[in-house]
Amino acid sequence: MSNQPNIWPLWEVFVRSSRGLSHVHAGSLHAPDAEMALRNARDLYTRRNEGVSIWVVPSDAITASDPDAKGSFFESPQGKDYRHATYYTKSEGVKHL
Amino acid sequence: MSTHQDHSLDSFGDAAASATRVTPGNALRPEDIALQTDRPTEDVAQYALRLGDDSLVLAQRLGHWISRGPEIEEDIALGNIALDLLGHARSFLTYAGHAWDKTEDDLAYWREEDEFRSAWIFEQPNGDFGVTIARQLVVSVFQRLLYSRLVNSTDATIAAISAKALKEVDYHRDHATQWTLRLGDGTEESHRRMQEALELMWPYVDELFDDDELTERIGAVGVLPSSLRAEFDAEIAAVLDEATLTLPAVPRASGGGRRGEHTEHLGYLLAEMQVLARKHPGATW
Repeated sequence: MSNQPNIWPLWEVFVRSSRGLSHVHAGSLHAPDAEMALRNARDLYTRRNEGVSIWVVPSDAITASDPDAKGSFFESPQGKDYRHATYYTKSEGVKHL
Repeated sequence: MSTHQDHSLDSFGDAAASATRVTPGNALRPEDIALQTDRPTEDVAQYALRLGDDSLVLAQRLGHWISRGPEIEEDIALGNIALDLLGHARSFLTYAGHAWDKTEDDLAYWREEDEFRSAWIFEQPNGDFGVTIARQLVVSVFQRLLYSRLVNSTDATIAAISAKALKEVDYHRDHATQWTLRLGDGTEESHRRMQEALELMWPYVDELFDDDELTERIGAVGVLPSSLRAEFDAEIAAVLDEATLTLPAVPRASGGGRRGEHTEHLGYLLAEMQVLARKHPGATW
């Protein structure tokens, strides 16, 4: 599909809600260029008052981790409790930690 | 601030907004206008009727694009614009209807063609996407100028509806401008078709700026259409120039929509828009 010349390129849309601190991925859409992508994103993802700011990024500019490499990529931290603050006990003399 | 009254909609207001909940916001709605008790004068009602009919007829036209847009994203963009316009129409018709004890539905579904007061450009057929964009360009530049004046109307309801509509038609203008630039300065084919679309639409431009007895009588409730022309011409010229398009030099159509005289297209549009309500009077869904 995406190799057909007449299909508009794909864009990823990130929306920051009025109380959100960061932009959150909302979805994707087709648009002929970045300016139109912003407008399409406004129509598609903020029509119920969801957002105060939008980013659009060409989908092919995103490099994603390999789902098949999940084990070596993401499972190594498992069992490493010492990487969490709760692993450590508080010394008696420390009052304000 | 006024004292606290019964506001059943408080829970929808910005006060209740949260990151996890979407809200419709606090903008003026047709339902609020329906609850008002002040009755506009005949002249003000007639003026509101014109504004409402312009938007209603165009909303119906644009609604026809739904499921037929060149891309699903554009389908939604045109549908959004149609719904914005329908919202303006509902507010203006509700307000106008107060003068005659009629509801927005009475006015939308139970008037005949010669009772509609919309200008001719609004009822012109969609044509191809370029024709629709040409019509959108003219209409949205005109409506933005109009509402930017009407926010100062001496009639509080017209001013309030215009304040809400202004933000929306400003976006419609941006949408039409973006597409005019891309189609005009796009491929040879898109340039040719966009230019043809402008030629097709331009005869209907002049009518928008015709003053008449009503616009002169109501004074500061409304705005003299002719007073918007210079700014309209300058804005349009700037867009067409950037889009490498040429301002059409074509004779004007006679017009007459403000008097209830219409082109052959309005009857068919109304037949489709009104058939369901007339076949099942009083039906709700």
